[in-house]
Formats: sequence, structure tokens, C-alpha cells
Amino acid sequence: MTRISMTVDGVRYDDDVEPRTLLVQHLRDRLGKVGTVVGCDTSNCGSCTVLLSGTSVKSCSVLAVQADGADVTTIEGLAGADGELHPVQTAFHEQHGLQCGFCTPGMIMASVDLLTENPDPTDEEIREGLEGNLCRCTGYQNIVRAVHAAAESMRTSVPSTPEGAEAAEGVTT
Amino acid sequence: MTVTEQRPSGEVGRDRRRKEDARLITGRTSWTDNLSLPGMLHLAILRSPMAHARITGIDVTAARGAPGVVDVFTGPDIADLQGAMPCIWPVTEDTVLPVYPPLALDEVRHAGEPVAVVAARDRASALDALELIEVGYEPLPVVLDMEAALADGAPLVHEAAGTNRCYTWILDSAQAGTGGDVARAEAEAEVVVRRRFIQQRLIPAFMEPRSTVVDPTGDQITMWSSTQVPHVLRILLSLGTGMPEHKIRVIAPDVGGGFGGKLEVTPEEFIAFAAARRLHKPVKFTESRSEAMLSAHHGRDQVQDITVTARRDGTVTGMSAKLLANMGGYLGIIAPGIPILGAFMYGGIYKFPAYRFECTGVFTTTTKTDAYRGAGRPEATFALERIMDELAAELDMDPLELRRRNWIDSSEFPFTTAAGLTYDSGDYAAATARATELFGYDALRQEQAARRASGDPVQLGIGVSTYTEMCGLAPSRVLGQLRYAAGGWESAAVRVLPTGKVEVVTGTSPHGQGHETAWSQIVADQLGVGFDDVEVLHGDTRTSHKGLDTYGSRSLAVGGIALVNACQRVVEKALPVAAHLLEADPADLEFAEGAFRVKGAPGAATKTMADCAFAVFQSHDLPDGVESTLDADATYDPENFSYPHGTHLCAVEVDTETGMVKVRSYVAVDDVGRVINPLIVEGQVHGGVAQGIAQALFEEARYDEDGNLTTGTFVEYTIPSSADLPDIVTDRTETPAPGHPLGAKGVGEAGTIASTPAVVNAVVDALRPMGVTDVRMPCTPERVWSTIVAARAAGGEGR
Repeated sequence: MTRISMTVDGVRYDDDVEPRTLLVQHLRDRLGKVGTVVGCDTSNCGSCTVLLSGTSVKSCSVLAVQADGADVTTIEGLAGADGELHPVQTAFHEQHGLQCGFCTPGMIMASVDLLTENPDPTDEEIREGLEGNLCRCTGYQNIVRAVHAAAESMRTSVPSTPEGAEAAEGVTT
Repeated sequence: MTVTEQRPSGEVGRDRRRKEDARLITGRTSWTDNLSLPGMLHLAILRSPMAHARITGIDVTAARGAPGVVDVFTGPDIADLQGAMPCIWPVTEDTVLPVYPPLALDEVRHAGEPVAVVAARDRASALDALELIEVGYEPLPVVLDMEAALADGAPLVHEAAGTNRCYTWILDSAQAGTGGDVARAEAEAEVVVRRRFIQQRLIPAFMEPRSTVVDPTGDQITMWSSTQVPHVLRILLSLGTGMPEHKIRVIAPDVGGGFGGKLEVTPEEFIAFAAARRLHKPVKFTESRSEAMLSAHHGRDQVQDITVTARRDGTVTGMSAKLLANMGGYLGIIAPGIPILGAFMYGGIYKFPAYRFECTGVFTTTTKTDAYRGAGRPEATFALERIMDELAAELDMDPLELRRRNWIDSSEFPFTTAAGLTYDSGDYAAATARATELFGYDALRQEQAARRASGDPVQLGIGVSTYTEMCGLAPSRVLGQLRYAAGGWESAAVRVLPTGKVEVVTGTSPHGQGHETAWSQIVADQLGVGFDDVEVLHGDTRTSHKGLDTYGSRSLAVGGIALVNACQRVVEKALPVAAHLLEADPADLEFAEGAFRVKGAPGAATKTMADCAFAVFQSHDLPDGVESTLDADATYDPENFSYPHGTHLCAVEVDTETGMVKVRSYVAVDDVGRVINPLIVEGQVHGGVAQGIAQALFEEARYDEDGNLTTGTFVEYTIPSSADLPDIVTDRTETPAPGHPLGAKGVGEAGTIASTPAVVNAVVDALRPMGVTDVRMPCTPERVWSTIVAARAAGGEGR
């Protein structure tokens, strides 16, 4: 067992872990952070993406001991303390960027990181940037829309598209 | 009284953002694997590394002594407890139904079959202990190819059956009296086109791996499972294990995708159920992705021999489809019926006067197959739309023109096909006109001609797919005629709470489709309550005791009508209460815009559903004979299938030097009837088209010669990423569906059904001048390039 200490979603945790424990296992099984999910065992799907000291990582490809001393943000810690959603969360909701929602925590965390690095991405940059996060439901089109909407919202610092104001009905290109 | 069905400013038709999202975007979701119960043990399953073998012995001694291990057991250890896996769709009288033990007893028939189980205090300990189990296998011959499996003297998957043939099912329009004779049509035909198409094996690849938690308490037992079919699961757990149905509660909490892949009752669920009963403790089993790829059922895997006959003017005269369908090593719950769901659709939207379908189900030593999005209908539509393009090429006719000459005109509905289905509605010309307009069909054909003329190494291909499908599964009588063991009705209940809020209980079981949102929109309009005043409950057999769950684009088309009917009963029950409160005669009242009022008296006093609900709650002053409740339920059994249709057009660029295919533009115009929530419908089309493109270009489950799955992770089984897929253009046409009170035809499978042939037709179209007449799916660069090379070698034109 190895003693590690990390801050997760603003709370500090000190734990003894087996050196082989993956960060995602530590988050889910020890800390109860089950908002972060496991979709594969080969680091392909990205469902378990979290922010490790501000940068997105697949938490299945990081050992818990490697996160010793780090600041981890999961999907559960993304909204403000008052419950106000992060613009990326709002945009996924407004643009219907999720269906079953299983990939969504990872997709949102990866999008947050993408927008930190590139606040005004093109379609292609979004598609390339999220290539490591698989979704089986949406065909990605509304995820791309959501990332654009979040980018716009974060640049202008006003809430994303109000409900119903931009109908997705009819022709969309 | 009159009921105005929909308020002009109603919820139905509105782009409501989904209620489900709040928990999904914040990580507060109830996935089964999130559940932890006091004292819960974790299961790990040892799976066969052999595709076919006799088990000569299993030594679990070392595993039993491993740290954290509580129990290790094999099939024989739980033989009396585990029951047998059911198949509920023997499509013929003589369908072979092999014994299917959840945990292998003495023989394994596909790689990945469960052979032993460890129960331990944590998952890591359970997985560690698996490595200490010694299993002796005596290899038996593998059976992989379907034609070889049917040959005389082939090794048998199930020795006791004496054959690898599961069944042969035939629909012949001459025999059924629904049309002509295909043999005669062929004898008289001016043109005959034959093709063999291969529907490669696919993996549904839902994102949430399957998970189940079982909690035994006294003589009751609760199972949480990531399933599409909690109601079916409860019944089959009871029938399969002998445990009384009323002692079993099944809960499907939030479920992370299914696509038919969770339309299954699984060995893993039965094993966990048996383990909990054996150990008298809660247990959890969550599969890894590799286990999911290996052991959750696969889809498609058919060989299709198709013959179409026609006159020189393009008029089709006959369609014949002869299929081999791979069942795998055992039968999934509805596996034999999957190709039969396509059996009625090989004629599609065209007026084939003669029709014949024959399918033989075959056992092989592979993972079982069963439903995958579209289930039989994508296969049918693919074969039909591909061969229509081949016929068009043979006749040197534009593929759209060939379709126009043969499709059912909108004035001809209802139309009974040679396959015996009566299509209720449709306007194929309208959908096609809209699609060609959005697509820029003529301009793309001009560009194609220019590229061909200039010898551009990147050729342009245009693919057409005009489809219909049978949705809204299903009329119970039809299912009975097809020997399906269950009905096809759906159920809904509406509970009006004292404060006027409404709880809706549905028998459908969503796993991404947004029923909580769409059902709220329907109820809001029906009862005149707010969208946010409705709560939709589902997926728990204790609250929703009656239902047939979610698959086959049925939830709205069938369950939606049950919901409307239940709401109308609530209004009927509220009427005498409102009349009493208004001191009026019930016959003088109308229910419109969310309130009861005297007809023809605008501005008069009104009573809302909430007023009636509170009056009923108090029951201080109800008219004699009025029951103290507004609650109502309804069960709806459809009289016919619903028939969504549409036209999908795809343009691809094919690099003839590398074989690389790029989807340049894609237009989907679908007629799914009346739309409750356009945002959700569009999302369903996006996702459906993505999965259809994936079959056309990317995905294939493959086995090596020893029967090992070589595509067992997302590294080898390449579901498309965001960088692989195009934006698509969607639009809708809408023709009323007269038989359906809600007018909704179903949308869950449409995109998948339509898109695969559109893409492959485009790829073949790009290469046709080179002599290419087919490209086998998936059209990977390697396969496209090889096809070009082979066509050139065979003396095709060109470059």
C-alpha cells in the first residue's frame, strides 16, 4: 500500500492504495466519484476522462499513485458550488449533445480541455480534438454543435442559447 | 363532452430540451455499476479460450484459497439453481432449440463462454483468482463457415441435434396467395440480376458495459441490470429458474445504450441470480469491454442470395431472397426471428408482383447473434437497394428513375404487398423530391461525369436509398402467427396527485431515447398540465408492473398510444367532478386548453385538472357514484405495424489510388409521421445514420481459423470517432398514419436501415466505370483498393 493525497472536486482525500490501482478505480471505488465511468479496458473510449491539474486525462490510463498531490476535477465538480452549470454542460443540454449519456462525462471533460487550449475551434478541430472520446448514440454532430455553442458562450460570458430560441427543426447543415 | 386533442400552443411538436440530461451532464446518474450494497460480493467470470471443446475437468482449489475469495463455482455446482437460457422465438415447428446452460456444464461452443465464477470481496480479488483456476479442455472441431456447417458430414455444434441447421423458414407469395410465382417471373423475365451480398457480423457496442446487481432478501430477490427489457427479464428469470414471478423485482436504472444489444436475457444475469441465491448475499457482476465484445450478442452475419427480375423498361416482376443466417453457438432470446423481421421487407417500397423469401438459420461455434438496430430490416433494405442499383446499371437507367417507375404511388395506399403486409401510408415521391433538392442531385451527377471524363484519381459516387420499414412492434396476433412467444402491446398508467402534479408509469424502458421528455410533452397536452408538472417512471417492475419494453421503434408508436388512451380516461373521470364543481351538466362541458368549461361560453368559469384532483383527494363533496381517484391506465395493442419511410442520398469521394472513401455529403429525408419532439427525432436520425455508415465503412467482427474473435477491443473493432463521420443534412416529410391515433411511426431504426445501402451504392457507383459491381462491407481502403485491382485485372475499363 502506498499513501497518497489528492484533491478531488475541491475536497482533499488521503488514502492508502495498492500501487496497481488505476485513478478511475480509486475515484469510483474508494472515493465514490461514480460520475466518472469506465467504458473500455484499452484506453480507447475516453468515458473516464477527468482533468488532472487542469489537463484532460483518461483516468484509466493513470495510476492513482501518479495522481499523488494532484488536483483532480471530475464531472461532479465541474458545476459551480451554487450548482450553476459549466457552459459546456449547458451547451450539451441545449444542443442535445447526448442521448444515453454514458460517454457524456468524459466527452464534457475533454471538451472543457479542448476549449481551454483552443477557445474558438473549427468543426474540424473539434472533431480531431474529441477523436479519443467515443459516442455510439449521437453520430457526434450535436456534440460538435455543443462545443461551438459552449465556445461562443465562454467567449461572450453569457448563457448559451436559451431554450427554444434556436429550433433544430427542419433543415440543418 | 368533447375533447380537443391538442392545444394550438401545445407541447407536442416542440423542441423541448430533455429532462434526462440534468443527471447525465452532472455525473449523478444511476448506472447499475454505480450501485453498492452492504456485504455485496463481486463476481468475475472465467471464459473459455476455445471455440469448441469438451471440458475434462476444472480445478478451483487454488482459487478458493486466494485472498478475498468467498466462493468459486462451476456449472455443475449450480446445475440445479442456474436454470437454462430461453429462446422465445422458435420460428418453425421444427426449430432446433439446443440446451443453453448459463454456466457451461461439459462443453463450450464459442470462445468466451462462461466456465467458472469467482465471488470475492472486491473485483480485483475476484479477477486475480480467475488466473488460479485450471480447466482441462479437449478440443473439438470448430464450425465457422455457414455453408460448410450445412454440408454432409460437417462437425456438429450440438451433437444431440444431429444437424447444424436450426430452421428453414419460407414465405412464397404464390403459396401464400399474396402474389405471383418467382420461378415463373424468372422464366418470363427480360432481365435477371443476381447478387450475393454478405452482411458482415457486427457488434452493437453500447457504451455502457453490461452490469447486474442481485439482492436476495428472504424469499424475494431484486435484480438491477443494464437491460432494455426489464419486464421480459423478470418473466424469463421466473420461467427459466422456476423462481415465482411475484418474488422477483427487476430494475433497469439508467441504461447506457442498447441498440438491440441489451434486448437480451443473458447468461451473466442468470449466473448472478444463481450466485445470489447460492450465497444469500448481494452480488455484482460488471463486464469489461473485452468481455462485452466477446460475449454480448453480435448482430447481422447473413449471406444473402438475391435475384430480381424485370422487364427492359425497368418494371420489376419478381424478387427472391435466399438467406443463411448465423445463429452462433446458442440461440439468443429472439435470434431465429431476426431474419424473419426482414422477411417481409425485401420488396420495400416497390410493387413486386411475385416474391419469395427463404432463410436457413445455422449454428456455428461463434458468439450468438441477435437483435442489432433494425434487426433484419437493415439487411433486407441493404440487399434490395443494392440490387435495385445493379438493375439500374444493367438497364443503363438512372437509379432514381428506376425507383420512380416501381414505387407505390401515394394514391395507392393502403397497399398490400406480395409479402402480405398492408402499408397504410407514405409519399415516396415527396420525400425523394425533397432529398434530391437538398442534395443537389443533378449538379453532383454533372460533377461525377466531369471527374470520369478527366480521369480524376478521386472519383465521385452517388448512392440512393429509398426505404420503408415495419415499425411499432407489434400486433400481437401477427406475432402469434409468427410463433413469437409474447405479445406486442404496451401499457401506460397515469396518476394524478392531489396537488395536480402527474406521475406517468410507462411499460417502455428507455436507454437514451428521451421518453421522460417526450412522454411529458404528450401528457402535458392531454391533461392541460405543465411539462414540468409531469414525472415519468419506468424500468422498475414494482412501479411499472406491466410492459414489453423498448426495441423495434415501438415505444412511441405503441406505448405512446397507450399513454394517450390512459390520459383520455383521466379526462373522462375528471369530467363529472368538474361538472359538479361548475354546477353544470357534464354533457354541456368541453375540455380544451387544459380546462373544463361550458361549451360555447368563452370567459365562463373553468376548472383545471388540478382543481378536479384536489376535489377528488378531499372527496368531501363528490357526486354519488364518483370514485375518489382520477388515476387510469391503458394497454394498447396495435392493429398493424407502422411504416416510416424516406429517401437518403449519399455522395462519396473514392481515392482510386488508395481506396480511401470519404463521405462528402449526406442527406436524410425521413417521414416518421407526427413528431413529438423534433430535437430528439433529429438526434435519433443522426445516430442511426452513423451506425449505418459504420457498417458500410468501418465495422466487422472477425474470427480467426480457430474461432477466436480477433476484434475483441475498440482497437480492432473500429466504431467511428468524431473524426470519421460527416455532418448530415436532415429534413422530414409527413404523411398522416391513419391507423395510429398519435400519428407517430417510429424513428429509432430508420437511419440505420436507410444509410448502409446509400453509402455502399455510392462507393460502387464511383467505381462502376472500372468494372466494379460490388464492394464487400466494410468498404475499408484495403478492400476498396483490392476490389479496384481485381476489377482491372478482370479487364474492366479504365484507369
